[in-house]
Amino acid sequence: MSASTVIFYILAAVILGGGLLAVTARKIFRAAVFLLFSLIGIAGLYFYLNYEFLGAVQIVVYVGGIVVLIIFSIFLTAESGSDMKKPALAKVIFSGLSAAFGCALTLWLIKGQTFLPTLDPAVAPSIKNIGLQMLSTTQHGYILPFEVVSILLLSAMIGCIVIAIKVKK
Amino acid sequence: MLNSNYIALIPLLPIISFLIIGLAGRRYFPTFSGVLGTLSLLASFVLSVFTAYQYFFDAGKVNGVYQKITAMKFVWLQFAPNISIDMGILLDPISVMMIVIVTFISLMVHVYSMGYMKGEPRYAAYYAFLSLFTFSMLGLVLSTNIFQIYIFWELVGVSSFLLIGFYYEKPSAVAASKKAFIVTRFADLGFLIGILVLSYFAETLDFQTLIQRLTVQSSYLSSIISASFLGCSALTWGLLLVFAGGAGKSAMFPFHIWLPDAMEGPTPVSALIHAATMVVAGVYLVARLFPIFSNSCPEALDVVAYIGIFSSLLAAIIACTQTDIKRVLAYSTMSQIGFMMFALGVSGYGGEKGLGFMASMFHLFTHSIFKALLFLGAGAVIHYVHSNDMKDMGGLRKLMPITHITFLLACLAIAGIPPFAGFFSKEEILAACWNSNKIIFGAAVLTAGLTAFYMFRLYFNIFWNKEFKASNSNHIEHHGEAPGTMLLPLIILAALSVTAGFVPFSKLVTSDGAGLETEFHIGFAIGPVLLAVAAILFAWFMYCKESAVPQKIADALKGFYTAAYRKFYFDEIYLFITKKIIFNLIGRPAAWIDKNIFDGFMNLIATVTEDVSEGIRSFQSGKVQEYAIYFFAGTLGFVLLFIYLWT
Amino acid sequence: MNEIGLTHILVISTALFFIGVYGFLTRRNMITMLMAIELILNSVNINFVAFNKFLYFDKLDGQFFTIFIIAIAAAEAAVAIAIIINLYRNYKSIDVEDADLMKF
Repeated sequence: MSASTVIFYILAAVILGGGLLAVTARKIFRAAVFLLFSLIGIAGLYFYLNYEFLGAVQIVVYVGGIVVLIIFSIFLTAESGSDMKKPALAKVIFSGLSAAFGCALTLWLIKGQTFLPTLDPAVAPSIKNIGLQMLSTTQHGYILPFEVVSILLLSAMIGCIVIAIKVKK
Repeated sequence: MLNSNYIALIPLLPIISFLIIGLAGRRYFPTFSGVLGTLSLLASFVLSVFTAYQYFFDAGKVNGVYQKITAMKFVWLQFAPNISIDMGILLDPISVMMIVIVTFISLMVHVYSMGYMKGEPRYAAYYAFLSLFTFSMLGLVLSTNIFQIYIFWELVGVSSFLLIGFYYEKPSAVAASKKAFIVTRFADLGFLIGILVLSYFAETLDFQTLIQRLTVQSSYLSSIISASFLGCSALTWGLLLVFAGGAGKSAMFPFHIWLPDAMEGPTPVSALIHAATMVVAGVYLVARLFPIFSNSCPEALDVVAYIGIFSSLLAAIIACTQTDIKRVLAYSTMSQIGFMMFALGVSGYGGEKGLGFMASMFHLFTHSIFKALLFLGAGAVIHYVHSNDMKDMGGLRKLMPITHITFLLACLAIAGIPPFAGFFSKEEILAACWNSNKIIFGAAVLTAGLTAFYMFRLYFNIFWNKEFKASNSNHIEHHGEAPGTMLLPLIILAALSVTAGFVPFSKLVTSDGAGLETEFHIGFAIGPVLLAVAAILFAWFMYCKESAVPQKIADALKGFYTAAYRKFYFDEIYLFITKKIIFNLIGRPAAWIDKNIFDGFMNLIATVTEDVSEGIRSFQSGKVQEYAIYFFAGTLGFVLLFIYLWT
Repeated sequence: MNEIGLTHILVISTALFFIGVYGFLTRRNMITMLMAIELILNSVNINFVAFNKFLYFDKLDGQFFTIFIIAIAAAEAAVAIAIIINLYRNYKSIDVEDADLMKF
């Protein structure tokens, strides 16, 4: 068992364990922290796969942005110290069973599937290549989605302000 | 030449006043609406007289024959290249005569109602309805087209319904209006089918074309005669069905049951609609189609004659026993309309043979005057006594002298005493019967005698007999003779009842338009007049003083008297047929099927839908996670389905 | 099992996805439901990255999709949290069962 394999299993354990605890923890703040671990594990997985740029983005946006936002909203709304209400047992059983069934089904499908990699030469996932293709206007350029996403972010920003603003009574 | 523009105003003025009074008058000038309606009708009447003058003495005659003039006509609905419903104005002797009568009687009733209906809360609505009726009746008589006449026919029925049910707080008035409406509706169904039959074969709705195609030998005539159904030709069926419509409006047997009940309306309305104008619409209709009846289908005309004489005699017998004075007058109306009907029935077309037609129209003319007078006089009496029953009356001659005199004149006129109006027309009718059918003649003479008897029974019971006992002592002081607006029409009508018989009617209104020389035989007239006088004397003997004779005679004729008093049980028979037979055998099973099978089916669908929605509505719980669960389960289901399909 | 391959990563992403689904279905607090959604999105991202890495290494499309998904997730989280705060203002609760006005 090589070091790479060990690292992978550690990452997998962090991702899945963090995720599992994030959805089952009784205290909401802890759930957020477990989510943070899971997301960091995913960033580590990207690094493991040599996608440094993606890993960086994952940490900047998710860990630095979304999780912080979630923690803020936890402090704004709920009592972070007390336990959350328990879900109904029937719901837990039903959801758990259906999730387990879906998981088994998908794994079974993955197992029966043979994946054939392409024969073309690899492209280095460097920041330079990503940046060039992102702003390219040629056939495989992503300039249009890039602009659309920037508009989406702008409108989401305005939307958040409009929704969350306090209406004067 | 006749200028059509002002003729159109004759029916238009009443409808305009109907709209004004109906829309605005009831709120803004309720007391003025009577004057408004009367003024518009006065204008209409003046125009009618002017039209009549122009028609009869100036423009109408060509080579000594009165023409049918279409003064105005426009196509309203075009069904096929050669069939259209037109609206227009047809002038011929009978329609010109009718517009004068209708506007005149209506004017009298308008004036009279100003006194009679004074203080009525729905005064304006009353005048609105009167105007509507006058418009419809004028439209009816001026129709150029058999479908136009049908439209106005129904309008007349509606306004009659509205006026009979005018006192709609009274259950009996509501019942009477419904009865009149429903009974005439059945008759009008026949009329409509008759119109369809005739126009289907003649391929026209226009009166003049229709008459021309169905009297002169043509392909239309032969086709309608050769088509037969249940042993009669289509022509006979068509004409009889049209006559059924006429019989419904004119209260001929067997559709007569609505007329006595129609007396629930205000008395001036009875005078206008149910005595003088609307009820003669049936006679007018037969007269309108008379050339077809007479030339092409004498069998149908015989039916008209026998139904006319039967209704006449039946009504006269019933009238002798009634005690409600308006009902006596109602049966008398029915009887007199029967006279007009059988006079048409025994008539031939053209020349000397057309005497019956002329006599019928003449009687229509004189009858509308004296019957309106009788009703208006009765109205004055009822206004005074506050009762319809002749048992509550008696000895009124000193208390209401003018009403008394005018009523007496009208009674003399209807009884056929010379030289009053009824004498002349009735003599013409009897002469026409003598010439064609002796059985009808005999029955007619008998009916004429009965007429004199029951009219004077009415007269003596109201104005003589016992002394009038007022319900309270100051009744008489505070309640003198009727007001001037009521007396004026009575006086005018009385004057006309005396003189109308001298109108040279035979020169003006005949079946073919040519003038007719009528001879007057003293010897022929003497018999019926003597009979009438004898009947009057008999009535005087029985009813002039309070006596026990009438009761004795009634006891002697017990069964017959009761039967006549109960109107020969027609109402009961109709009720039995409708309530017991039709309702039980057809109505109830149909209602059962409707309620249990059709409704049940619909209810079943509704119930199933409701239950299913009740069952599934809990899925719409408003809880996001439940929706997510359904969504997730559905997705898994689809995944399984696709795996099953693709592997 | 010796060499870490595509299948390993797919197993991780599948497990993470259904963990997210489980969380979404059982959590009653809206913020934790939002976290579950983030997990689901991340499992998808992992899938894109893995396919790009092991099957279509000649292209960068998987990474681009991941980048865009991250951007959209950020926007979505911001809007969701705005909605949650607004709801909290009106109901004094962020329990999803309390916000059930839209029903029969």
